[in-house]
Amino acid sequence: MKLFFQQVINGLNSGSIYALIAIGYTLVYGILKLINFAHGEIMMFGAYFSFIAAATMDMPFWFVIIFSMGLSAILGMLVEFVAYRPLRQAPRLSALITAIGVSMFLQNVSLMVFGADPKVMPRIFPNVVFNIFGIEISSITLITIGLSVFFMILLELFISHTKQGRAMRAVSENQDAAILMGINVNRTVSITFLIGSALGALGGILYSTAYTNIAPTMGTMPGLKAFVAAVLGGIGSVPGAMLGGFLIGMIENMSKAYISTTWADAIVFLILIIVLLFKPTGILGKDIKEKV
Amino acid sequence: MKKRLALMLVLIMVMMTLAACGGGSDDSSDQAADSGDVIKIGATGPYTGETAMYGVACKEGMELAEKEINENGGVNGKKIKIVFYDTKGDTTETVNAYNRLRDQDEVVAFIGSVLTGESNAIKDLIKQDNMPTIAPTATGNDVTEGVPNFFRVCYYDNYQGGAAANYASKEAPEGLGAKSAAMLVSKGNTYSEGLAGAFKETFEKNGGEVVIEESYAKADKDFSAQLTKIKEANPDVIYIPDYYSTVGVILQKAKDMGMDIPCLGGDGWDSIQEEYADVAQGYVFTNHYAADSPNENVKKFTENYNEAYGKAPASFSALGYDAVYAMANAIIEAGSTDAQAVVSAIQTMNVTGITGEFTFDEEGNPKGKEVTIIQVDNGELKYVTTVTE
Amino acid sequence: MNSKTKKAYLLNAVAVFLVYIVFLTLIRFKVLSNYFGGVIILTCIMMIMALSLNIVAGFLGEMALGHAAFMAIGAYLSGFTSIAIMNAFPTAPALLVLIFSSLVGGVAAGIAGIAIGTPSLRLRGDYLGIVTIGFGEIVRIFFINFDPLGGAQGLKGIPRLTNLSYAYWITVLVVFLIFTLGVSKYGRAIMSIREDEIASEASGIPTTRVKVMAFTISSFFAGIGGSLYAHYQGYIDPDKFQFMFSIEMFVIVVLGGLGSLTGSILSAIVLTVLPELLRGFAQYRLLIYSLALVIMMIFRPQGMLGRTEFSLYHLIYVLTNKREPYKKGSIDGGKSS
Repeated sequence: MKLFFQQVINGLNSGSIYALIAIGYTLVYGILKLINFAHGEIMMFGAYFSFIAAATMDMPFWFVIIFSMGLSAILGMLVEFVAYRPLRQAPRLSALITAIGVSMFLQNVSLMVFGADPKVMPRIFPNVVFNIFGIEISSITLITIGLSVFFMILLELFISHTKQGRAMRAVSENQDAAILMGINVNRTVSITFLIGSALGALGGILYSTAYTNIAPTMGTMPGLKAFVAAVLGGIGSVPGAMLGGFLIGMIENMSKAYISTTWADAIVFLILIIVLLFKPTGILGKDIKEKV
Repeated sequence: MKKRLALMLVLIMVMMTLAACGGGSDDSSDQAADSGDVIKIGATGPYTGETAMYGVACKEGMELAEKEINENGGVNGKKIKIVFYDTKGDTTETVNAYNRLRDQDEVVAFIGSVLTGESNAIKDLIKQDNMPTIAPTATGNDVTEGVPNFFRVCYYDNYQGGAAANYASKEAPEGLGAKSAAMLVSKGNTYSEGLAGAFKETFEKNGGEVVIEESYAKADKDFSAQLTKIKEANPDVIYIPDYYSTVGVILQKAKDMGMDIPCLGGDGWDSIQEEYADVAQGYVFTNHYAADSPNENVKKFTENYNEAYGKAPASFSALGYDAVYAMANAIIEAGSTDAQAVVSAIQTMNVTGITGEFTFDEEGNPKGKEVTIIQVDNGELKYVTTVTE
Repeated sequence: MNSKTKKAYLLNAVAVFLVYIVFLTLIRFKVLSNYFGGVIILTCIMMIMALSLNIVAGFLGEMALGHAAFMAIGAYLSGFTSIAIMNAFPTAPALLVLIFSSLVGGVAAGIAGIAIGTPSLRLRGDYLGIVTIGFGEIVRIFFINFDPLGGAQGLKGIPRLTNLSYAYWITVLVVFLIFTLGVSKYGRAIMSIREDEIASEASGIPTTRVKVMAFTISSFFAGIGGSLYAHYQGYIDPDKFQFMFSIEMFVIVVLGGLGSLTGSILSAIVLTVLPELLRGFAQYRLLIYSLALVIMMIFRPQGMLGRTEFSLYHLIYVLTNKREPYKKGSIDGGKSS
């Protein structure tokens, strides 16, 4: 039983990181109906930015986080402005291929700038192991879960209580009607990328702190898993992305602990497929009726 | 308008392709012209991509050997030139690169490939072409098996895994004196699985018990589920045969979880002292050579390497260096670059290299090579002892 | 078949023969090396992969991002079959063994196509894309864990039966078959679903069955491509068939023009040969490729050829008459672009 709770903590730890990254996918999809394949690379850059701030500038952890989230947000907005905005009216497949192209481009840029060999992330938080009823929890796990939940609540408040948040919801509901209501769509899209990229960067920082390793290819797998999480929860829905993230983290850890470590990814995908076949819009997604 | 644009694009693409084609064939004629006074040796490896650090380390060792040999008068009065092609660690790319070396560059011998998977992909071609080949670092068990012209200077996985098990079961101070062991293996990685299999077999033969065997997928970065279970099993030693970049993450996580069980590794741990000195402190691993060895040749090699690249050589660099010297000596002994003569020369030769003294057995594996045990100590690698299988 | 179509067929046949003879002569007289022959074989395989993917992505208009999985199934099963045959009858004629094991691989991939297509084709668009990614990963993880086919270490010792001639003519046959499918009743049925699923259902097309059929045919040819690959390499491992490989094939199809078979052929040639020629610039190779992809999509989102087909007959007609002919040689009637 003790072992089981230990594994639950492990699942929450990776789940909260997936949830942070998944929010970026879901926000962008909600507004542009675009699978932003480059999001995993934004997360990777977030990790590298924090590495630069922590390893070469020796900054305190709050500065590292703000520095990395800020730069990544700018990078995300830049990507949207340069690569996605010209394709707003183009077929959706072209936008998807562009996203793939941007993803490969960013990965190769970081390969050239930072090199192929993995960097080791210095510890920006102190590591203390707490023992609660025989379950051992590292302070890094607590900080990871705490920071993720904090930012998720912040985002939820922003979306439901501010004017800009309302504008985001309006654009994702119906873009044309939003324009008629005087909402600046371009600005709203930019802000969406800003928020998504900043949260993705935070995911990257926490990921690299928890697993210590930074490499140009690090964004691919967590990116794919977070994307799966967003779809599982119902893509376009922010609470869905959070739920999906925690679910994926939990499923992954439980399959590793009790079924098989090598089949864990297959099990994650299998559950995704089963959910999609029975409820094609994901767990918290809204059903869309096809019009005749 | 759009059609015209399309046509233009197509034309540009075709022209680019043709232009590049033309460029390619020009190159080969150039190279054919100067091949009279140069002996060309081909090499492939992952010089970019995820495994780039191993390919690059090996390449640097080979380039150092090439430079030294040419400065000392070359081979049979001619200079040697090693032609390197990148494979990104991909098997298809390796086949293409090997074919290109053979046809376009017309190399007389081949050193490679760095990774086991890559070497397996071109094994049949090497046999078919009777290309004299020495693999520097491909440690997979049956890489050279069944190909009489395929040799390697590194020992193979079973040999190394067995040596690690022997060291683990021997009583201290000659070993760790372990009775129970855990293994954490990278599933899908030939190297990791090969070492683990041999370790288990020898360790159990020595009377020990492998109490828990956990694995992870290649791209995994989260090892908490596996480590939680290993911690619960509480073995005397954990065997983690993988490359240092993954091992470092595992050791870091183990430390975060408050684990203090000693860990043991293989030659993939080489370089771990650079980034993970504190988490790997005191742990030992099997390696091809010790950089702090009192041996004169090793000393000279480390000094020259440091002068050329400004850092200490990794074990893959030493193996690449040895492979080039072995091949050059074989060509000198054969007196020509005739493939069969070179192969016969390798079969009978004695190699005195950085990584040990040995001959080749009938399967092309090094015979009588010792496995060096290395300890990570305050960011340095210290020689502990040598063991055999 | 009117005289114009006959002439066009004849012209294409002559062209196919000429290209073959030119390549063979060049390699015979060592103008082109065996290495270049290998690149041509790989190009042929990528052509088969792109064309087969085009049935689902272009004709049916669905996002299929798991094509590498079907290639893997074809490669593994055909490789296993030919190893078994060669062990039992070491003197069996190479071509026969290659064709038989390719059919085994193709049929196995086709069956997997039915199994995967039947549930997942109920979804559309991005969701289908995600489900195919998921199935692709599951197939790969299966091969990593399935030790009878070599597991993670890969399947070794597959007889190297694919040579330039076999690869070339099998590709020609596949191109012909897929082109024929495109202009047939079934092809039109598939394309009608792309244009409007509800309308095509209303006009009596059993849409679910046609969709699964398209998916199955596509997987079958992917299996054939995989078989040629396995018999060219002689060694296959699950790592090759990663998610990015499926994406790579999808990019070839989109870059050539969704629904344009000649576009797929052209872009398969460009995207396989160009990286080989850029071998010297290893570092910048992928950077240039990704940048070109983004720029191409911004300025020409419909791909190189859009939905139109390149036609030799048409080209010669224009060159000799300097006049726009009555109709473009396109399988969807030259409607778009």
